Amino acid sequence: MFEDFFDVVKKRFNGSDDDYKPPMFKCPRCQDTSPLSKYEELHRVCPKCNYHGRLSSKERIAITVDKESFKEFDKDMKSLNPLDFPEYDEKQQELRDSTEVNDAIVTGTATIKGSPVVIGVMDSRYMMGSMGSVVGEKIARAFEYATENGMPVVMFTASGGARMQEGIVSLMQMAKTSGAVKLHNDAGGLYIAVMTDPTTGGVTASFASLGDIIIAEPKVLIGFAGRRVIEGTIKQRLPEDFQLAEFMHEKGFVDMIVERKKMRSVLSHLLKLHGYDRKEV
Amino acid sequence: MEEKRTAWERLQLIHTKGRPTIRDYIPLIFTDFYEMHGDRLFGDDRAIIGGIARLDNRPVTIIAEVKGRDINENKACNFAMPHPEGYRKALRLAKQAEKFHRPVICFIDTPGAFCGVAAEERGQGEAIAKNIAEFMTLRTPVISIVLGEGGSGGALALGVCDELAMLENAEYSVLSPRGFASILWKDASREEEASGIMRITAEDMVELGVAEAIIEEPLGGAHNDLDKISENIKEYLSQKIPEKCQKDIDVLLKERYTKFRKIGAFTE
Repeated sequence: MFEDFFDVVKKRFNGSDDDYKPPMFKCPRCQDTSPLSKYEELHRVCPKCNYHGRLSSKERIAITVDKESFKEFDKDMKSLNPLDFPEYDEKQQELRDSTEVNDAIVTGTATIKGSPVVIGVMDSRYMMGSMGSVVGEKIARAFEYATENGMPVVMFTASGGARMQEGIVSLMQMAKTSGAVKLHNDAGGLYIAVMTDPTTGGVTASFASLGDIIIAEPKVLIGFAGRRVIEGTIKQRLPEDFQLAEFMHEKGFVDMIVERKKMRSVLSHLLKLHGYDRKEV
Repeated sequence: MEEKRTAWERLQLIHTKGRPTIRDYIPLIFTDFYEMHGDRLFGDDRAIIGGIARLDNRPVTIIAEVKGRDINENKACNFAMPHPEGYRKALRLAKQAEKFHRPVICFIDTPGAFCGVAAEERGQGEAIAKNIAEFMTLRTPVISIVLGEGGSGGALALGVCDELAMLENAEYSVLSPRGFASILWKDASREEEASGIMRITAEDMVELGVAEAIIEEPLGGAHNDLDKISENIKEYLSQKIPEKCQKDIDVLLKERYTKFRKIGAFTE
C-alpha cells in the first residue's frame, strides 16, 4: 500500500507514467533512434543521418503542392485481373482498405508556388508501387492532359517495377507510358521526374528515365535489375553504394540530388525557369 | 497446325538445341545483308546485330537479338542478353532507317536485358526507356517478330512496332516463369505452374492485343524444317511491309500509339 502511494506521488511529480516513453523512430540506415515526432516533423527524414524515409502519396502531395490546389484525376479507377491471377482481387481490396488509395499512383493537377502542374505520385505501400493497368493508364492520361493543356508534368516515382500479377499486360504499360511521355516531349512540354525510394525495374526502364530533368532524393535506390539478381549473376557481393542515387548521379543518369526539405522550392524554380509562372489552372 | 502445345511444352521446345536463330534466317529471308556495328558511344554489343538488307528487292533495316547456336557463339553474344550499348546500337540503326525511309524489321529473341554491374553503370533502364519512347514516334514502318523468347523489357526495347508477330511456339512475358515463381511464390521450382498462369503463348498475345499475327511453324517446331519456317516468315513480311509502307506515316504513328494505348484492364 505504501508502495502504491509512492507510485502515485512519483507519477504526479514526473507528470507521467514511469513506463511512458515518447514514441521513437529507429533509423533503418544509421540504426540510431530519435523521437518519432522529430522524424515526422522533418517529413520522415532521419535527424541523425538524413535518411529519407518513404512517404505515402497523400503525404507527398501535401508537402509538395500549394494548399488545397490538388484536384485528383481518375480517383475511382481500379484494376481488373487480366490473368485471373489467384487472390489478386482479394489482395487489392485489402490494400485499398488499408492504404486508402485505389492503386499505386495518384495523379491530378495542382499548383506549386503558383505554377500549375500535372502531378503524379507513386505510392510504394500499394504492391510495392508496381505498374499494372491502372498505373499505366493514369500516367498516360496525365501526360495526355498536360500535352493538350500545355502544362508541365512532375512525376514522383517509387516502384519495384512491373506488376507481376498482370503479366504481359503490365509490361505493355511501359510502352503506353513512354509513348505518352514522348508525345508530351514532342509538343514541347516540360517533364520533371523525381526518383524516390525505390525506383527500379520496368519503371526505371520507361517513364522514370525519360524526364527532361531527373531529380533524386538522397540515397534512394535507383536501378534496372534487382541487387540480388545481379549478385546471383556475378556471384559476388555488391558494394553498399551500388544503385544509390549518388551512384546514378555519378554515372550521369540523374541531374541533381535534392533533399526533401528543398524539393518544393527547387521544383518551383525549375518550373519558373521554363516559363510556367503563376496562373490559374 | 498440330494439336496445341501447353505453354510449358512450348518453353521446352524453344530451348531445344537446334532451334533456328536470326543467323539462320537472314540468308534465307533477305539478300545483300550488310551488318553495321556499334552504338557510336561505347562499343559494339554482339547480343544485337543490325544492318541493311533487301527484302524482295526493297531495302530494309534489320535489328535482331542473337542467340548462339553453340557455346562459343553464346559466349560471344552473351546468350542474347543485351547491354545498354546493344539497345543504343538498335536505336542508331532505327534512326538511320528513318532518315533513309527504310522500314525496320526487329527480331526478338532474348531471355531479357542483361543484369550486371556494367549494364547498370551504363544505364540499362535509360537505354530501354529511350528505345521504347523513340520507336513510338519513329517515322518509318516497324514490324517486330518474336522468334523464341520475348523476355521482359529487354524484348520490348525492340517491340514497339506497327505490328507484332509471334512464331507459333514463341513466348512473350513480363519475366521468365522461373523468375515469376521465385518472386511471387518464393519458389523457382514452380515454374511450370507459373507458365500455365502467366499467359505467354502466341494465342494469348493475340487475345490480349499484344500481337497481331501468328506465324505457323513446321510440324514438331521450327528446327524441323528451316526452309519452311523461313518461307513462312518471309511470306508474312512480304505481305506486311508493303502494306505498312503504303500507309500515310502520320496515320501509321497514330495507330502505333493506339495499339499500346489501349492495352490494360481496369474499371472506373
